[in-house]
Amino acid sequence: MQIKAIGCEPLQLRRVHIANSQRLDVYRANGGYEALKKVLNGMAPDDVINDVKKSALRGRGGAGFPTGMKWSFVPKDSPKPKYVVCNADESEPGTFKDRYLMERDPHMLIEGMLIAAYALTSKTGYIYTRGEYKYLIDIMDVAIDEARAAGLVGKNILGTDFSCDIFTHTGAGAYICGEETALLSSLEGFRGHPRMKPPFPAVSGLYASPTVVNNVETLTAVPDIINMGGEAYQKLGTEKSGGTKLWSVSGHVNEPGVYELPMGYDDMEKFIMEDCGGILGGKQLKAVIPGGSSVYIMRADQIIGKDVRMDYEGLVAAGSSVGSGGFIVMDETVDVFESTKNLTEFYKHESCGWCTPCREGTDWLVKVFKRIDSGDGRPDDAQLLLDIVDNIEGKSFCPLGDAASWPIQSAIKRFPEDFRKRLVNRES
Amino acid sequence: MSQPLTKIQPLSQPVELDVAPATFSPEVEAEIDRHLAKYPSTRSAILPLMFVVQRERGYLDPAGVLYLANRLNLRITDIWEVATFYSMIYTDPVGKYHIQVCKTLSCKIRGSQTITDHCSKKFGIKPGETTSDGRFTLSEVECLGSCGTAPMFQLNFDYHENLTPEKVDQILDSLP
Repeated sequence: MQIKAIGCEPLQLRRVHIANSQRLDVYRANGGYEALKKVLNGMAPDDVINDVKKSALRGRGGAGFPTGMKWSFVPKDSPKPKYVVCNADESEPGTFKDRYLMERDPHMLIEGMLIAAYALTSKTGYIYTRGEYKYLIDIMDVAIDEARAAGLVGKNILGTDFSCDIFTHTGAGAYICGEETALLSSLEGFRGHPRMKPPFPAVSGLYASPTVVNNVETLTAVPDIINMGGEAYQKLGTEKSGGTKLWSVSGHVNEPGVYELPMGYDDMEKFIMEDCGGILGGKQLKAVIPGGSSVYIMRADQIIGKDVRMDYEGLVAAGSSVGSGGFIVMDETVDVFESTKNLTEFYKHESCGWCTPCREGTDWLVKVFKRIDSGDGRPDDAQLLLDIVDNIEGKSFCPLGDAASWPIQSAIKRFPEDFRKRLVNRES
Repeated sequence: MSQPLTKIQPLSQPVELDVAPATFSPEVEAEIDRHLAKYPSTRSAILPLMFVVQRERGYLDPAGVLYLANRLNLRITDIWEVATFYSMIYTDPVGKYHIQVCKTLSCKIRGSQTITDHCSKKFGIKPGETTSDGRFTLSEVECLGSCGTAPMFQLNFDYHENLTPEKVDQILDSLP
């Protein structure tokens, strides 16, 4: 598996191949904690937020919300404690970038969280990591202890009056806890049910206090933004999508892996066919899910010869989205009916049960998929799937319902033959 | 604190039983104290503590549930409602080795079914079952974030990636 940058100097990935890169001394010898020093020696919290705004950094968890703006929603004058929560619940199928960031460069995350905490006048950070990534929690615990012993975490950091503690927390196998309000419910010790927004977490989040929840990749971008300045970071990417982005590439390519690309990398076809080594076994490309399982699936002819630009705007124009950057490549042997059934089973399993459209709807979707799969599909079953989806999308309590809907809508629209052939066979 | 809870209705039976709450060594109690110290609200420690109880007792059994209710000053239903939400919290015994084959799309198209079938045949159990000697449980699970190294399974907490049937045999046959 590859872990490397294409089309730019490695930024977030620049330390991952250094021996013992997870250790504090190695991190410091390679530029680590310089951004924290810069912040503590002369930047006001608002200066930090402004720099992040200028960087055009957008949330890397999937929603792509501008990070600086999210931070600016935290009320400065609140008498309550404020919290920085790192969302390391990486569970979107096809996504595995955060795992390598935490495994190889845990101090980059700690530094990013400390800078975020300083900007938000927070004294406490939690890293909510999915339970299956237990080995990463162990790595983070060691790194936090190292940082605490060196005066980088805890009271009076680097001899200043800034104090902040950071703790790891474990999830226990629930995809929904990647949704920020469900994550907070879980962190408070409850079932991982999402909460009504508003109030947004920035105003009333963890323990009803102002809280910012950011993805690992978002927080690990922060030290570089401070080091090089927000404008320089933005210029690595495009005007509205600043910096670089990690893409988790899986499926039928010769070189799966984590690739760091500048935002706005201008040719998805080249990315697949050259940078990722081309299609496994010399087969033909059939489809790509470019941003994690919930985004629209793309046909090969939407990519080949189309110069698809890989950033937020470029992918929307091409008919999909960046999402979490979970880039799943499928060759000609894949039946899109089956791949969509597989993802629908995922969403049914992960629906938290809180709201009816998602709980019942995903269950019905799977029932219809199974009926078609067993050979008992009815001629109008593709339309039936779309009708059920129409009763989920935009009508569920949280975005999980939408995430379950989009793969089906796009698959039936873009690969009608994979559905039709099962239904036609049924009639003959 | 009020009188400790000692009565509990197991999930599987409609009766209330007298059960002695679980007890742990001073080292484990100290580990639990360290978890509790992370949070302003003790309830937040519920998942970390469930993993500790599970590690010590094999699964979250009624005695473990009573321990947590008493330790966190919560009702028994509070513990059950959280335990039954999370797929990694076991309210029934599982095998000494839990083989969890990822079945989601990236693994699926890179051959996860072959791995599941191989394990299934090897032990004569279907996904969801445990061998009669209690040694192996086989499960199919959703995406484990190992898509670039598919197919894979998680054996207890350890990731094993880029699997082939031969590699599966090597791993499973060498277990103590």
